[in-house]
Amino acid sequence: MGDSQYSFSLTTFSPSGKLVQIEHALTAVGSGQTSLGIKAANGVVIATEKKLPSILVDETSVQKIQCLTPNIGVVYSGMGPDFRVLVRKSRKQAEQYHRLYKEPIPVTQLVRETAAVMQEFTQSGGVRPFGVSLLVAGYDDNGPQLYQVDPSGSYFSWKASAMGKNVSNAKTFLEKRYTDDMELDDAVHTAILTLKEGFEGQISGKNIEIGIIGTDKKFRVLTPAEIDDYLAEVE
Amino acid sequence: MQIFEYNGSALVAMVGKNCFAIASDRRLGVQLQTIATDFQRISKIHDRLFLGLSGLATDAQTLYQRLVFRHKLYQLREERDMKPETFANLVSALLYEKRFGPYFCQPVIAGLGDEDKPFICTMDSIGAKELAKDFVVAGTASESLYGACESMFKEDMEPDELFETVSQALLSSVDRDCLSGWGGHVYVVTPTEVKERILKGRMD
Repeated sequence: MGDSQYSFSLTTFSPSGKLVQIEHALTAVGSGQTSLGIKAANGVVIATEKKLPSILVDETSVQKIQCLTPNIGVVYSGMGPDFRVLVRKSRKQAEQYHRLYKEPIPVTQLVRETAAVMQEFTQSGGVRPFGVSLLVAGYDDNGPQLYQVDPSGSYFSWKASAMGKNVSNAKTFLEKRYTDDMELDDAVHTAILTLKEGFEGQISGKNIEIGIIGTDKKFRVLTPAEIDDYLAEVE
Repeated sequence: MQIFEYNGSALVAMVGKNCFAIASDRRLGVQLQTIATDFQRISKIHDRLFLGLSGLATDAQTLYQRLVFRHKLYQLREERDMKPETFANLVSALLYEKRFGPYFCQPVIAGLGDEDKPFICTMDSIGAKELAKDFVVAGTASESLYGACESMFKEDMEPDELFETVSQALLSSVDRDCLSGWGGHVYVVTPTEVKERILKGRMD
């Protein structure tokens, strides 16, 4: 490295002061499948569409929501392969923290470390920014938390957020539905309704994914059967 | 020559009711020759967490500097103080990093955790933790300290009684050890205040 023609950072300022590479990355996120997260009074829910390229794909082999630690889960909009890289790096970071302090990593710390990796990829040579935005849901000593991390490496804490296709519609919907005293079950219902808003075709337990974490501080991805139960409740 | 006994030291920490005490001697020697009589082996990490380092003084000071550095970075990063248990794990990890060329120190960690629960622990020079509910000892006077603490310790002592017990245990133990002594330094820590006292014993 260093001698290659591309050893300089590809993310360079345009004369107008913009980083076009990052804007392209955000476009990649914007055209990705919709994901959303809602922070309830007693937990957090994250959900996403799981549209597959063909009906021949075995949907049980695709997992868009992942655990980072037992009490932190994550979902993405954008490029799946880039997401896997971030998941691997974040898990390693969480494990290193645990090895040093024998204490689970706080959500804020893990989000910061992950965001730092994403920032690094906007300034390093020979790499491109990540084509994903993340929604990180966790529950720790500071209560339930929901963060969104963008390709630029910036991160925000949200009460409810959405990303990917139909962001603006989903966000308006969430703004209308969100209340501070929402319980986890209500949040799951709202999440499903929001996904339904922009969903093309029939929603089912097989083409969406939902991850929840409650006061037990155990992050869990719902099974298709459980999602179907929730779907029946919102009907 | 035993490197752990080069400078001489005596360290003890004891648990009381919602409080703890940590005490050390004040001698710094080079084998049998006394160099200083106001040596600090105990230091404050934050208001509710204290660290004592027995053993080789030079390593104790280096280790202390590294631990304070790590703790300050932690405070800045996480905007909170470390829990005693967490700090103990950090010390342990730092010591084990030097598994095959260790710091010649035996640390004693004492702090108040959540809900003012006292925590004390010691470890060997490569970071194997030893947790105790009542008291922990370290240094060249550790054997006599064990005996003294064993016979003097009572459960759920109030701060004043705890101070008396720790001081008596320390002073009687260092009299049985040539390498430690010259008075003592005692900290009694309660949820609301830290009392620091300097003891005079046999000053020879």
